[in-house]
Amino acid sequence: MAKPIELVINGTHYSSQAPPETPLLLVLRDELGLTGTKYGCGEGQCGSCTVLLAGAARRSCQIPVSAAAGKPITTIEGLEQNGRLHPVQQAFLDAEAFQCAYCTSGMILSSVALLRQNTNPTDAEITQSLQGNLCRCGTHPRIVEAVKYAAKAVRERAQ
Amino acid sequence: MNRIREKISEKSPAQFPHVMMEPERYELSAGSIHQFALHRRAFFKLMGAGVAVFAVAKDALTLQETAPGPRIQPPELPNEISAWLHIGEDGSVTAFTGKVEVGQNVRTSLSQTVADELRVPLSTVTLVMGDTELTPFDMGTFGSRTTPTMGPQLRRVSAAARDLLVGIAAKEWNVPAEGLKAANAKVSDPASGRTASYAQLAHGKALAQSLPGEDPVTPPPEWTVAGKDAPKAEGRAFVTGKHQYASDLRPSGGYIGKVLRPPAFGATLSSLDDTAAKALPETVVVRDGNFVGVAAPSEHQAQRSLAALRAQWNEPSTAASQISNRELFTYLKQNASEKHDERGRKQAGSIEEGLASAAHRLNATYTVAYIAHAPLEPRAAVAEWKDGKLTVWTGTQRPFGVRTELAATFHVPEASVHVLVPDTGAAYGGKHTGDAAVEAARLARAAGRPVKVVWSREEEFTWAYFRPAGVIEVKSGMAADGKLTAWEFHNYHSGSSGIETPYSVPNVHTEYHSVPLILRCGSYRGLAATANHFARETHMDELASAANVDPLEFRLKNLSDARLRAVLEAVAKSVGWPRQKTKEGQGFGIAGGHEKGSYVATFAEVAVDRGSGAVRVVRLVTAFECGAIVNPNGLRNQVVGANIQGLGGALFEAIEFAKGRIKNPHFASYRVPRFHDLPEIEAILIDRKDLAPAGAGETPIMAVAPAIGNAIFDASGVRLRSLPLVPIGLQRA
Repeated sequence: MAKPIELVINGTHYSSQAPPETPLLLVLRDELGLTGTKYGCGEGQCGSCTVLLAGAARRSCQIPVSAAAGKPITTIEGLEQNGRLHPVQQAFLDAEAFQCAYCTSGMILSSVALLRQNTNPTDAEITQSLQGNLCRCGTHPRIVEAVKYAAKAVRERAQ
Repeated sequence: MNRIREKISEKSPAQFPHVMMEPERYELSAGSIHQFALHRRAFFKLMGAGVAVFAVAKDALTLQETAPGPRIQPPELPNEISAWLHIGEDGSVTAFTGKVEVGQNVRTSLSQTVADELRVPLSTVTLVMGDTELTPFDMGTFGSRTTPTMGPQLRRVSAAARDLLVGIAAKEWNVPAEGLKAANAKVSDPASGRTASYAQLAHGKALAQSLPGEDPVTPPPEWTVAGKDAPKAEGRAFVTGKHQYASDLRPSGGYIGKVLRPPAFGATLSSLDDTAAKALPETVVVRDGNFVGVAAPSEHQAQRSLAALRAQWNEPSTAASQISNRELFTYLKQNASEKHDERGRKQAGSIEEGLASAAHRLNATYTVAYIAHAPLEPRAAVAEWKDGKLTVWTGTQRPFGVRTELAATFHVPEASVHVLVPDTGAAYGGKHTGDAAVEAARLARAAGRPVKVVWSREEEFTWAYFRPAGVIEVKSGMAADGKLTAWEFHNYHSGSSGIETPYSVPNVHTEYHSVPLILRCGSYRGLAATANHFARETHMDELASAANVDPLEFRLKNLSDARLRAVLEAVAKSVGWPRQKTKEGQGFGIAGGHEKGSYVATFAEVAVDRGSGAVRVVRLVTAFECGAIVNPNGLRNQVVGANIQGLGGALFEAIEFAKGRIKNPHFASYRVPRFHDLPEIEAILIDRKDLAPAGAGETPIMAVAPAIGNAIFDASGVRLRSLPLVPIGLQRA
């Protein structure tokens, strides 16, 4: 039996029994039941599985669980605080920046990572940050708008 | 098992006598109409006391008479029910429909429809969708039919429920019902000032009523909840990750299932060595005909088991199985059926005479590639057998069709199969079949526990069905005054949807020619209307160019359809057509059409770099009219979304294949639109409150490709007649 891997997800400590090379995505979804993070391709091409690993947006399907050990991980389930949506979640909801919404978790996490670096991104910077996230329903313009709303909310909150 | 499935797929798709099924819906093989198994007593037991109303489908009796197989006749409720609704003792409203939510936002728009007609706040309405035991039979969520058919049915049910509540109040107050008013979930009597909430009126009742097909319903100008923006139903669950798609379900004690795929389409299993796989702990291996699958407690174990299988396959050697993209179009043309297919066939006047009298004549051939739907949530299903009964949760557009497929595959009555469809991670016409459901159910039966099957992206790109490729030949003639004199249009394989020209032509011949399948094909958003619009609207542009007339002016000159003129004119007005070019490489194009009761026109601006061949779509403006708009915000999402999705098929999407193998089954090699590809997009929505609402999920995609192709011609002088237009940029002519 392999040594358990200690994970810190949304501030909670977990111990995973999975083999060390198991993609973090599978541990999140199948072992820990955090199914808000989605499988879209398993190849790092679609961004559906995006999580924050030590604050950076990463494709959890491409990260062996052992590489995530001990580092803070944020998934979509960890953004809401005390019943209050994260500004990015609120902006996506307000702008209705989704259709089937299967890409939404990944889009939100990529956007959160962007806004942590840059609270006033240009359209080009948003587009660049989300280039690795696919939306097959074609909701892209609203997603860009939502990120801008969220950025504004984040800036106002900081004041 | 596979033998049975083959048998099913051999059935003619045109089994619904009242619907002329489009030929390109190759995947549809459903046959029977089903009876719901829910009795009145059971219904109230499930829902609690209150008031219930059932709607009878207008054509249900015809369907009933032609339905094969044994009939179960529930004694207390009519069979031909299309929708029903329940008002609980707490005033909560639950409406039931067999339609499903796949991102097109009908959970919201149908809820608005119910709230509007019942006169209740939207927040009190819950929709139960796509559950074969709770919702009435429905053929499927396709063909842009939810809004025009389910909308009115739910309106009739809601109107009848309202009347029922008014009737209860009238009886209790001993006043005529005519003087009472229903509004804001209350019945009131203006004469006496008395009011009673729907909750009070439903209290202690177990009243059920069915109704005839035609009840007066509220006309669009009087709508209060419908016709306005409404936020997506249960939107918060999607931004918090709480919504569970079929692929997210984790039944207790469940296994993960994997299927061993053949190396090529049509390959059959010649031998299997599963010794190593069976030796693995907690592993279930199933071989049934050509089906080989495994199930194990985790994804990791299931993958290891799958990898341990050693299989030998026989690949087919027929001519069709050997071809690749290169020979595809020649093959399609050479192997077309000689028999006339009546679907989409039209002949009037004489093409010869029309051409003889023409001042300009044009022949051109257009092609469209196979493309994939690539919904972000791949096919997924969780199946569980309990006491001989099968329950399957799956993402499909046809819950009842999948029930039929499962019942036939496993030789069980349909009453023993329960299919539930959680709101699904998109479909675009691609989830009409129950592939993952059948696979999960087969493995679950062997494992004796629930099994989940989620297709990998590669499986999704390889084993799901594709939008059919096709060849379209057009021959036309135009008089010196710019009027069309002849129009001959042949579509090989791609399909007959949208094949008829909306332009006025005295001599016309349109025909679809079927060709045996090479790859698995089926429905895709808009069906062949996208291909047929591409060919037609490109050809119209070519004619205009040959006669040196403005392409919009030329279209309008040949067009009497006022609704199509209106969308073209709306776009023209918005962009200031005809436009003067202001920079090198700039080009403008326009295209339009109608399908399934809605009308579209799209303007495209492109920037072409003749040096590098790079083509950039700078701007798309689409005018869309689908009668009265139910939810403008949701509609805008669909129209813009269809434009962006259409960008992929227009510019670069194509399935590459050879000898039954898909060569680009990954997002890295099959390019779909990403943020960098986004043009500026504008949707002009025309709200026709004088017209009944039509569906809107499909038609807005149809004019994108020809508008872009026409713009590329305007920019470069290069006429492109194949979709995708510029997979590797614009080549030198």
